[in-house]
Amino acid sequence: MTRSRSTRRLASFAAALVVTGLALLAPMPASAQEYKIGPLKISAPWSRATPGGAKVAGGFMVIENTGKSSDFLVGGSFVRSGRIEIHEMAVVGDIMRMRELPQGLEIKPGAKVTLKPGGYHVMFMELKAPLKEGEVVEGTLVFKSAGTVKVSYRVGAMGKKPGSHHGKH
Amino acid sequence: MAVSKARLAAVVTAAAVVAAVATLLVLGTGNPLRSTASYKALVGGPFTMTTQDGKRLSERDLLGKPFAVFFGFTQCPDVCPTTMLEVANMMTRLGPDADKMRFLFVTVDPDRDTPALLKSYLASFDKRIIGLVGTAAETERIVKAYRVFYEKVPTKAGYTINHTATMFLMDAQGQFAKTIAFKEDEKIKLSKLKALIAGR
Repeated sequence: MTRSRSTRRLASFAAALVVTGLALLAPMPASAQEYKIGPLKISAPWSRATPGGAKVAGGFMVIENTGKSSDFLVGGSFVRSGRIEIHEMAVVGDIMRMRELPQGLEIKPGAKVTLKPGGYHVMFMELKAPLKEGEVVEGTLVFKSAGTVKVSYRVGAMGKKPGSHHGKH
Repeated sequence: MAVSKARLAAVVTAAAVVAAVATLLVLGTGNPLRSTASYKALVGGPFTMTTQDGKRLSERDLLGKPFAVFFGFTQCPDVCPTTMLEVANMMTRLGPDADKMRFLFVTVDPDRDTPALLKSYLASFDKRIIGLVGTAAETERIVKAYRVFYEKVPTKAGYTINHTATMFLMDAQGQFAKTIAFKEDEKIKLSKLKALIAGR
Protein backbone atom coordinates (compact mmCIF):
# COMPACT_ATOMS: atom_id res chain seq x y z
CA MET A 1 0.00 0.00 0.00
CA THR A 2 2.53 2.54 1.17
CA ARG A 3 4.82 1.41 -1.54
CA SER A 4 2.31 1.85 -4.37
CA ARG A 5 1.26 5.24 -2.95
CA SER A 6 4.86 6.45 -2.91
CA THR A 7 5.33 5.09 -6.43
CA ARG A 8 2.22 6.97 -7.53
CA ARG A 9 3.50 10.08 -5.79
CA LEU A 10 6.85 9.68 -7.50
CA ALA A 11 5.10 9.21 -10.84
CA SER A 12 3.03 12.38 -10.40
CA PHE A 13 6.15 14.26 -9.29
CA ALA A 14 7.96 13.04 -12.43
CA ALA A 15 4.98 14.10 -14.54
CA ALA A 16 5.03 17.52 -12.90
CA LEU A 17 8.73 17.76 -13.68
CA VAL A 18 8.12 16.89 -17.33
CA VAL A 19 5.31 19.46 -17.55
CA THR A 20 7.50 22.13 -15.94
CA GLY A 21 10.33 21.18 -18.24
CA LEU A 22 8.10 21.46 -21.30
CA ALA A 23 6.79 24.80 -20.09
CA LEU A 24 10.39 26.03 -19.74
CA LEU A 25 11.27 24.73 -23.16
CA ALA A 26 8.16 26.15 -24.80
CA PRO A 27 9.69 29.49 -25.90
CA MET A 28 12.48 27.71 -27.71
CA PRO A 29 10.51 25.69 -30.29
CA ALA A 30 8.40 28.80 -30.82
CA SER A 31 11.49 30.69 -31.98
CA ALA A 32 11.92 28.04 -34.66
CA GLN A 33 8.51 28.87 -36.10
CA GLU A 34 8.03 27.65 -39.63
CA TYR A 35 5.77 28.84 -42.43
CA LYS A 36 5.04 27.13 -45.72
CA ILE A 37 3.83 28.38 -49.04
CA GLY A 38 4.06 26.12 -52.08
CA PRO A 39 7.49 24.52 -52.07
CA LEU A 40 8.95 27.26 -49.82
CA LYS A 41 9.71 26.88 -46.12
CA ILE A 42 10.34 30.00 -44.06
CA SER A 43 11.96 29.50 -40.66
CA ALA A 44 11.99 31.70 -37.59
CA PRO A 45 11.57 35.26 -38.88
CA TRP A 46 13.13 37.73 -36.46
CA SER A 47 14.09 41.35 -36.13
CA ARG A 48 15.93 43.56 -33.67
CA ALA A 49 14.86 46.27 -31.26
CA THR A 50 15.40 49.69 -32.81
CA PRO A 51 17.09 52.74 -31.29
CA GLY A 52 15.01 55.87 -30.70
CA GLY A 53 14.32 57.87 -33.83
CA ALA A 54 15.26 55.04 -36.17
CA LYS A 55 12.81 54.65 -39.03
CA VAL A 56 14.17 51.37 -40.35
CA ALA A 57 14.78 47.83 -39.16
CA GLY A 58 15.94 44.58 -40.70
CA GLY A 59 13.93 41.39 -41.00
CA PHE A 60 15.79 38.08 -40.96
CA MET A 61 14.91 34.42 -41.56
CA VAL A 62 15.89 31.28 -43.45
CA ILE A 63 14.05 30.48 -46.69
CA GLU A 64 14.29 27.01 -48.18
CA ASN A 65 13.10 26.04 -51.64
CA THR A 66 12.10 22.36 -51.85
CA GLY A 67 10.70 22.84 -55.35
CA LYS A 68 12.17 22.37 -58.81
CA SER A 69 12.27 25.95 -59.99
CA SER A 70 13.60 29.27 -58.70
CA ASP A 71 11.35 31.67 -56.87
CA PHE A 72 11.98 35.26 -55.87
CA LEU A 73 11.20 37.09 -52.65
CA VAL A 74 9.93 40.34 -54.15
CA GLY A 75 8.26 42.18 -51.28
CA GLY A 76 5.72 41.99 -48.51
CA SER A 77 4.38 44.04 -45.67
CA PHE A 78 5.01 44.70 -41.99
CA VAL A 79 2.26 46.08 -39.79
CA ARG A 80 4.67 48.46 -38.03
CA SER A 81 6.09 50.00 -41.19
CA GLY A 82 4.92 51.81 -44.28
CA ARG A 83 6.57 49.42 -46.68
CA ILE A 84 9.36 46.90 -47.03
CA GLU A 85 12.23 46.47 -49.45
CA ILE A 86 14.55 43.54 -50.16
CA HIS A 87 18.18 44.53 -49.60
CA GLU A 88 21.67 43.17 -49.70
CA MET A 89 24.31 44.58 -47.41
CA ALA A 90 28.05 43.98 -47.21
CA VAL A 91 31.05 45.55 -45.50
CA VAL A 92 33.94 45.47 -47.98
CA GLY A 93 37.19 47.33 -47.31
CA ASP A 94 35.51 48.71 -44.17
CA ILE A 95 32.87 50.43 -46.28
CA MET A 96 29.24 49.52 -45.61
CA ARG A 97 27.42 49.05 -48.89
CA MET A 98 23.74 48.42 -49.23
CA ARG A 99 21.59 47.96 -52.27
CA GLU A 100 18.03 47.11 -53.09
CA LEU A 101 17.67 43.90 -55.07
CA PRO A 102 15.64 45.09 -58.07
CA GLN A 103 14.56 41.58 -59.11
CA GLY A 104 14.08 40.45 -55.52
CA LEU A 105 16.03 37.73 -53.73
CA GLU A 106 16.36 34.54 -55.73
CA ILE A 107 15.73 31.27 -53.91
CA LYS A 108 17.11 28.58 -56.20
CA PRO A 109 15.65 25.06 -56.18
CA GLY A 110 17.13 23.09 -53.30
CA ALA A 111 18.70 26.22 -51.83
CA LYS A 112 18.48 27.44 -48.24
CA VAL A 113 19.01 31.19 -48.16
CA THR A 114 19.74 32.88 -44.85
CA LEU A 115 18.69 36.48 -44.36
CA LYS A 116 20.84 37.86 -41.55
CA PRO A 117 22.54 41.02 -40.28
CA GLY A 118 25.44 41.91 -42.55
CA GLY A 119 23.86 40.17 -45.55
CA TYR A 120 20.50 39.79 -47.26
CA HIS A 121 17.60 41.25 -45.31
CA VAL A 122 14.07 42.47 -45.59
CA MET A 123 14.15 46.16 -44.76
CA PHE A 124 11.22 47.65 -42.91
CA MET A 125 10.99 51.27 -44.06
CA GLU A 126 9.13 54.18 -42.45
CA LEU A 127 8.64 52.51 -39.05
CA LYS A 128 5.59 53.95 -37.31
CA ALA A 129 6.90 53.07 -33.84
CA PRO A 130 10.11 51.53 -32.49
CA LEU A 131 10.45 47.75 -32.25
CA LYS A 132 10.86 46.52 -28.68
CA GLU A 133 12.63 43.39 -27.52
CA GLY A 134 10.21 40.52 -26.89
CA GLU A 135 7.50 41.76 -29.26
CA VAL A 136 6.02 39.64 -32.02
CA VAL A 137 5.09 41.68 -35.10
CA GLU A 138 2.99 40.41 -38.00
CA GLY A 139 3.84 40.78 -41.62
CA THR A 140 3.65 39.12 -45.00
CA LEU A 141 6.18 37.97 -47.57
CA VAL A 142 5.44 38.02 -51.28
CA PHE A 143 7.09 35.53 -53.62
CA LYS A 144 6.93 35.90 -57.38
CA SER A 145 5.59 32.38 -58.00
CA ALA A 146 4.44 31.03 -54.63
CA GLY A 147 2.48 34.14 -53.68
CA THR A 148 1.84 35.73 -50.30
CA VAL A 149 2.41 34.16 -46.90
CA LYS A 150 1.69 35.55 -43.43
CA VAL A 151 4.62 35.48 -41.00
CA SER A 152 5.38 36.75 -37.48
CA TYR A 153 8.68 38.33 -36.57
CA ARG A 154 10.08 37.90 -33.05
CA VAL A 155 11.92 41.01 -31.97
CA GLY A 156 15.25 40.29 -30.28
CA ALA A 157 17.71 42.59 -28.50
CA MET A 158 19.24 45.48 -30.42
CA GLY A 159 22.52 43.72 -31.12
CA LYS A 160 21.07 40.22 -31.44
CA LYS A 161 23.06 37.91 -33.69
CA PRO A 162 21.58 34.96 -35.60
CA GLY A 163 20.91 32.05 -33.26
CA SER A 164 21.85 33.94 -30.10
CA HIS A 165 19.31 34.94 -27.50
CA HIS A 166 20.92 38.13 -26.30
CA GLY A 167 22.71 41.02 -27.93
CA LYS A 168 24.68 42.11 -24.92
CA HIS A 169 27.27 39.84 -23.36
CA MET B 1 99.04 72.70 -61.03
CA ALA B 2 99.73 70.52 -58.02
CA VAL B 3 97.93 72.98 -55.77
CA SER B 4 94.84 73.21 -57.93
CA LYS B 5 94.73 69.39 -58.20
CA ALA B 6 94.75 69.13 -54.42
CA ARG B 7 92.07 71.83 -54.21
CA LEU B 8 89.94 69.95 -56.74
CA ALA B 9 90.31 66.74 -54.72
CA ALA B 10 89.21 68.61 -51.58
CA VAL B 11 86.16 70.05 -53.36
CA VAL B 12 85.19 66.62 -54.73
CA THR B 13 85.58 65.06 -51.28
CA ALA B 14 83.51 67.80 -49.66
CA ALA B 15 80.80 67.40 -52.30
CA ALA B 16 80.76 63.65 -51.74
CA VAL B 17 80.39 64.12 -47.98
CA VAL B 18 77.53 66.59 -48.44
CA ALA B 19 75.82 64.23 -50.87
CA ALA B 20 76.23 61.28 -48.49
CA VAL B 21 74.86 63.23 -45.53
CA ALA B 22 71.96 64.48 -47.60
CA THR B 23 71.23 60.93 -48.78
CA LEU B 24 71.36 59.66 -45.19
CA LEU B 25 68.98 62.38 -44.08
CA VAL B 26 66.50 61.65 -46.81
CA LEU B 27 66.64 57.85 -46.70
CA GLY B 28 67.42 57.51 -43.02
CA THR B 29 65.70 59.49 -40.33
CA GLY B 30 64.19 62.13 -42.59
CA ASN B 31 61.88 59.99 -44.69
CA PRO B 32 59.98 57.95 -42.09
CA LEU B 33 59.56 61.04 -39.96
CA ARG B 34 58.14 62.95 -42.85
CA SER B 35 55.78 60.11 -43.88
CA THR B 36 54.43 59.69 -40.32
CA ALA B 37 53.87 63.40 -40.07
CA SER B 38 52.08 63.59 -43.39
CA TYR B 39 49.97 60.51 -42.59
CA LYS B 40 48.96 62.11 -39.31
CA ALA B 41 48.04 65.24 -41.16
CA LEU B 42 45.94 63.24 -43.64
CA VAL B 43 43.22 62.26 -41.18
CA GLY B 44 41.43 64.85 -39.11
CA GLY B 45 41.27 68.61 -39.17
CA PRO B 46 39.07 71.57 -38.43
CA PHE B 47 35.27 71.34 -38.39
CA THR B 48 32.32 73.06 -36.76
CA MET B 49 29.00 71.26 -36.44
CA THR B 50 25.88 71.19 -34.27
CA THR B 51 25.42 68.71 -31.41
CA GLN B 52 22.22 66.87 -30.51
CA ASP B 53 21.64 69.60 -27.90
CA GLY B 54 21.81 72.32 -30.54
CA LYS B 55 25.24 73.59 -29.46
CA ARG B 56 28.03 74.39 -31.88
CA LEU B 57 31.13 72.23 -31.51
CA SER B 58 34.52 72.47 -33.23
CA GLU B 59 37.67 70.36 -33.09
CA ARG B 60 39.18 72.98 -30.73
CA ASP B 61 36.53 72.17 -28.11
CA LEU B 62 37.81 68.60 -28.09
CA LEU B 63 41.45 69.42 -27.30
CA GLY B 64 42.75 67.92 -24.06
CA LYS B 65 40.95 64.58 -24.32
CA PRO B 66 41.31 61.91 -27.00
CA PHE B 67 38.23 61.05 -29.04
CA ALA B 68 36.73 58.39 -31.27
CA VAL B 69 34.65 59.42 -34.27
CA PHE B 70 32.25 57.33 -36.35
CA PHE B 71 30.29 58.39 -39.43
CA GLY B 72 26.77 57.06 -39.99
CA PHE B 73 23.09 57.96 -40.11
CA THR B 74 19.99 57.08 -38.13
CA GLN B 75 18.26 55.30 -41.04
CA CYS B 76 21.16 52.83 -41.21
CA PRO B 77 19.73 49.46 -40.15
CA ASP B 78 22.77 47.47 -39.18
CA VAL B 79 26.32 48.85 -39.06
CA CYS B 80 25.44 52.05 -37.17
CA PRO B 81 23.29 50.60 -34.37
CA THR B 82 25.73 47.68 -34.05
CA THR B 83 28.69 50.05 -33.73
CA MET B 84 26.89 52.37 -31.31
CA LEU B 85 25.82 49.41 -29.19
CA GLU B 86 29.43 48.22 -29.11
CA VAL B 87 30.56 51.72 -28.14
CA ALA B 88 27.99 51.80 -25.32
CA ASN B 89 29.11 48.35 -24.12
CA MET B 90 32.78 49.42 -24.24
CA MET B 91 31.99 52.62 -22.34
CA THR B 92 30.38 50.50 -19.63
CA ARG B 93 33.45 48.27 -19.51
CA LEU B 94 35.83 51.23 -19.41
CA GLY B 95 34.01 52.47 -16.32
CA PRO B 96 35.22 55.90 -15.09
CA ASP B 97 37.94 55.83 -17.80
CA ALA B 98 35.22 56.30 -20.44
CA ASP B 99 34.99 59.93 -19.32
CA LYS B 100 38.69 60.42 -20.11
CA MET B 101 37.80 60.40 -23.80
CA ARG B 102 34.89 61.40 -26.03
CA PHE B 103 32.78 59.53 -28.55
CA LEU B 104 31.39 61.27 -31.63
CA PHE B 105 28.70 60.13 -34.06
CA VAL B 106 28.69 62.29 -37.20
CA THR B 107 25.70 61.97 -39.51
CA VAL B 108 26.37 61.70 -43.24
CA ASP B 109 22.63 62.26 -43.83
CA PRO B 110 22.13 65.96 -43.01
CA ASP B 111 19.01 66.01 -45.22
CA ARG B 112 17.07 63.71 -42.89
CA ASP B 113 18.94 63.70 -39.57
CA THR B 114 18.29 66.54 -37.13
CA PRO B 115 19.76 67.29 -33.68
CA ALA B 116 16.47 66.08 -32.09
CA LEU B 117 16.58 62.82 -34.03
CA LEU B 118 20.24 62.26 -33.08
CA LYS B 119 19.39 62.96 -29.45
CA SER B 120 16.68 60.33 -29.32
CA TYR B 121 18.84 57.89 -31.30
CA LEU B 122 21.98 58.23 -29.19
CA ALA B 123 20.03 58.13 -25.91
CA SER B 124 19.23 54.50 -26.82
CA PHE B 125 22.96 53.74 -26.51
CA ASP B 126 24.77 56.18 -24.18
CA LYS B 127 23.86 59.82 -23.65
CA ARG B 128 27.56 60.70 -23.44
CA ILE B 129 28.01 59.99 -27.16
CA ILE B 130 28.13 63.34 -28.94
CA GLY B 131 25.97 63.48 -32.06
CA LEU B 132 27.00 65.94 -34.77
CA VAL B 133 24.92 67.24 -37.64
CA GLY B 134 25.97 69.92 -40.10
CA THR B 135 24.87 71.77 -43.17
CA ALA B 136 25.78 70.13 -46.47
CA ALA B 137 28.99 72.20 -46.54
CA GLU B 138 29.89 71.43 -42.91
CA THR B 139 29.28 67.73 -43.53
CA GLU B 140 31.42 67.82 -46.66
CA ARG B 141 34.22 69.49 -44.73
CA ILE B 142 34.47 66.91 -41.92
CA VAL B 143 34.00 63.99 -44.33
CA LYS B 144 36.90 65.27 -46.45
CA ALA B 145 39.03 65.90 -43.36
CA TYR B 146 38.61 62.29 -42.23
CA ARG B 147 38.92 60.81 -45.74
CA VAL B 148 35.49 59.23 -45.31
CA PHE B 149 33.65 57.77 -48.27
CA TYR B 150 29.89 58.15 -48.54
CA GLU B 151 27.37 58.08 -51.35
CA LYS B 152 23.60 58.12 -51.65
CA VAL B 153 22.11 55.00 -53.18
CA PRO B 154 18.59 55.38 -54.57
CA THR B 155 15.95 52.80 -53.62
CA LYS B 156 12.32 52.50 -54.84
CA ALA B 157 10.96 55.25 -52.65
CA GLY B 158 13.98 57.05 -51.25
CA TYR B 159 17.64 56.43 -50.67
CA THR B 160 20.12 54.73 -48.42
CA ILE B 161 23.78 55.65 -47.90
CA ASN B 162 26.93 53.63 -48.42
CA HIS B 163 29.61 54.84 -46.07
CA THR B 164 32.92 54.14 -44.37
CA ALA B 165 32.38 52.00 -41.27
CA THR B 166 35.78 52.80 -39.75
CA MET B 167 36.08 54.43 -36.36
CA PHE B 168 38.89 56.98 -36.17
CA LEU B 169 40.79 57.40 -32.92
CA MET B 170 42.32 60.82 -32.34
CA ASP B 171 44.68 61.77 -29.52
CA ALA B 172 44.31 64.58 -26.97
CA GLN B 173 45.95 67.01 -29.42
CA GLY B 174 43.43 66.11 -32.13
CA GLN B 175 46.04 64.17 -34.08
CA PHE B 176 45.23 60.88 -35.79
CA ALA B 177 46.23 57.89 -33.63
CA LYS B 178 44.58 54.67 -34.93
CA THR B 179 41.57 53.25 -36.66
CA ILE B 180 39.11 50.59 -35.54
CA ALA B 181 37.63 48.48 -38.34
CA PHE B 182 33.99 47.35 -38.17
CA LYS B 183 34.81 43.65 -38.19
CA GLU B 184 37.58 43.75 -35.59
CA ASP B 185 37.10 41.71 -32.45
CA GLU B 186 35.47 43.66 -29.64
CA LYS B 187 38.37 42.80 -27.31
CA ILE B 188 40.84 44.39 -29.73
CA LYS B 189 38.59 47.41 -30.10
CA LEU B 190 38.50 47.82 -26.33
CA SER B 191 42.28 47.47 -26.03
CA LYS B 192 42.73 50.20 -28.66
CA LEU B 193 40.48 52.52 -26.67
CA LYS B 194 42.43 51.76 -23.49
CA ALA B 195 45.71 52.54 -25.29
CA LEU B 196 44.24 55.78 -26.62
CA ILE B 197 43.14 56.86 -23.14
CA ALA B 198 46.59 55.96 -21.74
CA GLY B 199 48.21 58.07 -24.49
CA ARG B 200 49.98 55.06 -26.00
